[in-house]
Amino acid sequence: MFSVGLGHYLTLAAIIFTIGVVGIFLNRKNIIVILMSIELILLAVNINLVSFSVFINDMSGQIFTLFILTVAAAEAAIGLAIIVVYYRNSGTIRVEEIEKLKG
Amino acid sequence: MEYYILFLPLLASVISGFFGKTIGDKLSQIITSLFVSISAILSFFVLFKVISHDYSNNLVVATWINSGTLNVNWSIKIDALSSVMLVVVTLVSSLVHIYSIGYMSHDPHKPRFMAYLSLFTFAMLTLVTSDNFIQLFFGWEGVGLCSYFLIGFWYKKESANAAAIKAFVVNRVGDFGFALGIFLIFYIFGTVNYDEVFTQIPSILDKKLFFLGFNVNTVDLICLLLFVGAMGKSAQFLLHTWLPDAMEGPTPVSALIHAATMVTAGVFLVVRCSPIYEYSELALSIITIVGMITALFAASVAIVQTDIKKIIAYSTCSQLGYMFFAAGVGAYNVAMFHLFTHAFFKALLFLGSGSVIHSFKDEQDINLMGGVWKKLPYTYALMIIGTLALTGFPFLSGFYSKDAIIEFAYLKGNTVGIYAATIGIFTALLTSIYSWRLIFKTFHGSYNNPNQKIETMHESPMVMIIPLVILSIGAIFAGVLFKDLFFGHQSSYDFWGSSIKFLNPLSTDHPPLWFLLLTPTLVIISIPISYYLFVKNTKIVDEIVRINKPLYLFLKNKWYFDELYDVLFVIPSKNIGRFLWKKIDGSIIDRFGPDGISNLIKLFSLKAVKFQSGYIYHYAFVMLIGFSIILTFIIIK
Repeated sequence: MFSVGLGHYLTLAAIIFTIGVVGIFLNRKNIIVILMSIELILLAVNINLVSFSVFINDMSGQIFTLFILTVAAAEAAIGLAIIVVYYRNSGTIRVEEIEKLKG
Repeated sequence: MEYYILFLPLLASVISGFFGKTIGDKLSQIITSLFVSISAILSFFVLFKVISHDYSNNLVVATWINSGTLNVNWSIKIDALSSVMLVVVTLVSSLVHIYSIGYMSHDPHKPRFMAYLSLFTFAMLTLVTSDNFIQLFFGWEGVGLCSYFLIGFWYKKESANAAAIKAFVVNRVGDFGFALGIFLIFYIFGTVNYDEVFTQIPSILDKKLFFLGFNVNTVDLICLLLFVGAMGKSAQFLLHTWLPDAMEGPTPVSALIHAATMVTAGVFLVVRCSPIYEYSELALSIITIVGMITALFAASVAIVQTDIKKIIAYSTCSQLGYMFFAAGVGAYNVAMFHLFTHAFFKALLFLGSGSVIHSFKDEQDINLMGGVWKKLPYTYALMIIGTLALTGFPFLSGFYSKDAIIEFAYLKGNTVGIYAATIGIFTALLTSIYSWRLIFKTFHGSYNNPNQKIETMHESPMVMIIPLVILSIGAIFAGVLFKDLFFGHQSSYDFWGSSIKFLNPLSTDHPPLWFLLLTPTLVIISIPISYYLFVKNTKIVDEIVRINKPLYLFLKNKWYFDELYDVLFVIPSKNIGRFLWKKIDGSIIDRFGPDGISNLIKLFSLKAVKFQSGYIYHYAFVMLIGFSIILTFIIIK
């Protein structure tokens, strides 16, 4: 029988993390995608925490995950709110056109 | 009482200067005039006390400097000399304050003007009541500063600003000499108090000093350096150029500062230092020579000027020359007497001309006046009194003082004295001619002003006339009343006491009768001559001018002194200044200093700006790379 070990979970988390990171800086179109990518990175971290927690048999990892989920939710809400306001002001959320920080 | 004399003007100045906006024009004019008038009345009491009780006092107000052997007090020294100066300063000042209420009635900055006038009065009083050279210098610079303020009072006029700066800069030349003199006094005597210095003078008569490569007598050097200061302040020949330009200021200022008080500070200095000057034959000769050159020079220039105030300014310059050569021939008391009478009639003339200028709506060219004596009867009469007194018409104040100067120069007996007397008589004649020219051109002949109808001319208000009347009383009677006091031959009573030192008592001889009559005769006959030349038959004057064109231009351009100084000093120093500014400062210091560094920073920041693309994914990428590098670094370590 094929057994699922810690390595599989960590690999999954690493893949999701990489997708998230690559999504942040390869994305040229939509700022919402960046938000989603950040969400992915956080999920990858959560998977790591949960899987270690189970394998080491320590509950604190899972408690942290719950905290992170809460923070992620708040962060998503604020991020979306910022995007909405930004869209209202400048009429676009295309990543190429957001360059006000340019020196 | 002395405290009130000195500090009331200061208090008035502070009130008017700092709270003028709050208390309003009217109140600040009243406060300043009232306080200075009180001070004037108290000064009279002091003078009477000095005359009747031989009163003298040295009130120490506070200690100023106390360092090693240098002890300087703020003091009020009252003796015969300073009490006379107190009366002159406060009396003329209070009258000028009152006069200014009328004269400055159209000016928007009345409190400021009154504050400056009062401050000037305070500075002048500290000058005359000082008991040491440092406080004297304080007052000396204080009056210079106030003179600067008041010449440049109409600060929107460019010429006024230029004149103010010129007065200040020319005075710096004199003050440099004066400061060197004070340094030398301290170096030699280790003290700057008059009494201590004066008592030590006889002990250093033979002392030599190496100065600028010359081996000179110390006393001579002290005297000459102090005299350089006096020349600057009193507008003597070579340093006179600022005085005519100073006429850019309001006329009351000219009357107070540039006729009656500040410019006489130089004469006061020489008289105050008579215990030093008496021991320096050389310095006295130079003073006499400079004085007579100034007297002659200024009178010759005054003859052809057309600006009413400039004529009187040159006249002041010339009269100051008289005072100096009186001091130079050793007649310090006569110099003081002329200072005293001159204050009255010259202030009268200035304020009178101010009244004329006021009536002509700020016209100062005497060619554009004339024929208004019926329209301005009071001003006309008062100006006539002033002119008679100035020219030395018999039995007016100028007659006693000026003739006394000429007589004492004659009695001095030596060559310089005889020259001085001759030049004095000739200058008296010139004085008479230019003074009457002014009167006749201003008040007689035909009316020549195209800008204003003669019907609209009117007399100045009473607030301007009354001070003139008081001054004219002084101009008439100051001579006859005070002559015995100042240099009485007969009375054994010694008014001056220790304030003036005579090494050899002044000659009590009388010059021959023809000599006594010479000056008054010349003065009197010059009146009808001037009337004929300047009113009846002006063609003769035109003809003289036409024939002597070069001489006329020479005098008209004030002996080309301004042009000469331009070439000698102004243009070279301008060029040096421009060179230092453009080349040294601009091309070297700024280029490699501040400007260089800021350019460098600009260059680097322009490069650094390129990193800021503004794209989020760039920042995110950099963050990631950076994070990875730090992480790697930590792990490897």
